[in-house]
Amino acid sequence: MSFYDTLARLTQLPFDGLLKQYTSADVRRAVQAEQLDEEALLALLSPAAEPYLEEMAQKAQRLTRSHFGHVMQLFTPMYLADFCVNHCTYCSFSSIYDFPRKKLTIEEVRKEAEIIAATGLRHLLILTGESRKESPAAYVKECAEVLREYFASVSIEVNPLSTAEYKELVQAGVDGLTLYQEVYHQDTYSKLHVKGPKRVYRNRLDAPERGCQAGFRSVNIGALLGMYDWRQEAFMTAVHARYLQDKYPDCEIGLSIPRFRPYLGQFNPESDVTDRALVQIILAYRLFLPRAGISLSTREAPALRDQLVHLGITKMSAGVSTEVGGHTMEGGTPQFEISDNRSVQEITDMLYQKGLQPVFKDWDILV
Amino acid sequence: MQDPLIIGGVTLSSRLFIGTGKYSRNTLIPEVIARSGSQVITVALRRVDPQSNDNIISHIPEHMTLLPNTSGARTAEEAVRIARLARAAGLGNWVKIEVINDQKYLLPDNMETIRATEILAAEGFVVLPYMSPDLSAALRLKAAGAAAVMPLGAPIGSNRGLKTRELVRILIAEVDLPVIVDAGIGRPSEAAEAMEMGAAAVLLNTAIATARDPLGMAEAFREAVSAGRRAYLAGLGPVEEGASASSPLTGFLG
Ligand code: SF4
Repeated sequence: MSFYDTLARLTQLPFDGLLKQYTSADVRRAVQAEQLDEEALLALLSPAAEPYLEEMAQKAQRLTRSHFGHVMQLFTPMYLADFCVNHCTYCSFSSIYDFPRKKLTIEEVRKEAEIIAATGLRHLLILTGESRKESPAAYVKECAEVLREYFASVSIEVNPLSTAEYKELVQAGVDGLTLYQEVYHQDTYSKLHVKGPKRVYRNRLDAPERGCQAGFRSVNIGALLGMYDWRQEAFMTAVHARYLQDKYPDCEIGLSIPRFRPYLGQFNPESDVTDRALVQIILAYRLFLPRAGISLSTREAPALRDQLVHLGITKMSAGVSTEVGGHTMEGGTPQFEISDNRSVQEITDMLYQKGLQPVFKDWDILV
Repeated sequence: MQDPLIIGGVTLSSRLFIGTGKYSRNTLIPEVIARSGSQVITVALRRVDPQSNDNIISHIPEHMTLLPNTSGARTAEEAVRIARLARAAGLGNWVKIEVINDQKYLLPDNMETIRATEILAAEGFVVLPYMSPDLSAALRLKAAGAAAVMPLGAPIGSNRGLKTRELVRILIAEVDLPVIVDAGIGRPSEAAEAMEMGAAAVLLNTAIATARDPLGMAEAFREAVSAGRRAYLAGLGPVEEGASASSPLTGFLG
């Protein structure tokens, strides 16, 4: 049994009909329910829920404040390498683009770490493109070991690895795994992933579960919103999260809500995810998974981020660069364009102004 | 009224313990302490960052007894490691064991908690374990050297009140240790009720931190805890099912 089996069942659902069939009464019932089932989740993601966003928001905020308090955890990504053997049609690191690729040396990792740590941030997410030659698990491990000296918690966002590789990283003190399925809809997945090992849908789908088995403290999943019908994608993501939460109670399952962003190429997504839609997704996630962390990246614009902090978000990135060595060197190629360029200090000020306390450290690596 | 609570050799006049984890800013903490009258404050070691210029510890006045907690621990070993780190960091030798495996409801794992208590009590810690209210587990915690037991009233952060009333009542009756109701209490009336039942103290975080006016709520809890304690000491009158007739019908029988 893996989530693939659940997904196979869900894929049989007549989504188009179902989504249209929900009524206000279904939505109301879902908002008021204590424990939401898949049916309720779908109702909250349906068009019938659109007039109820405010009610959903009220409940989402209550749940979030009561479980997480008035705090917001901050983290930042660090890009280690942009070598990639895949061609994903939505990413600047795709192997078809020709630009000088880079991989940080250990000394460069140290320098980046010093600069980032000086901002006060203690939680770091390290990223690479997919290249088993340039940035294999051993390289990620080596970098993580150095980064542990500067950060209280180090998580990874790299290509799917084997359980044994994940275990090795856990032993090296890596706390968390972030891995987006990008697209749950399998045909669309095949279309968007044109070349490279990333084409193997199932290897990616099962990777978060391998991460849970390997003992990461937290596993964060998400769909790249905009690549396929967002209602279905959000539904699959949330059910995936619940599946992992039920099966691996000792792992903290989190969700991310990345929206498609401009990059080097010309690809335009199929499904436009408006701000309203994004809000509906966040609220449905919170109501369906009251204790799951929800992360918000700098893909979103400052004005929107400032509003979303009250709707269920528990983690935000700050002081972000999506280039390799972006904190110490010039001239890198960003993976995608970010929208919120504010510094850690500016985000901190904004949060206090909104009545929220930024938390820089929420865990210590215990290995 | 002299009615001290003595735990681990420390004499406390306040029976309200408070938390630090959910405030909108750390600068509220000193005022919450002042208004609540609390003398014991729990702080998650995972949030303590000695390198930060907003280190949470720097907001806690000297006179407070620090109760570092092991939140985030999923096993006894992790809890033990966190407790040792806390002591090494100069946070004293009190520790609230919190071992939580279940990330969905955040219910404590009593078995791992007992294991951690054994190890840490033997190392000289004053151990206050957070637990699901279960009598056998509480007795084992006592045997393991716990200085008190801290059963939950309802799941953490739920503000649902004293849902475990009957089980907590049994712990109070049967376990010869202070019973401190921790988690779940959302209203002053519920804190008062726990105290009326004979709880030695209550620990709160969410109820104060998420109130519209945390300072006003801190004061309300101070009064509720002290009223509940006075009621307990005064001995509540017996509860009668029906009204008791003032002129008994069978009085003539003498
Ligand atoms: S999304 Fe990842 S795998 Fe795909 S091209 Fe970009 S870096 Fe490579």
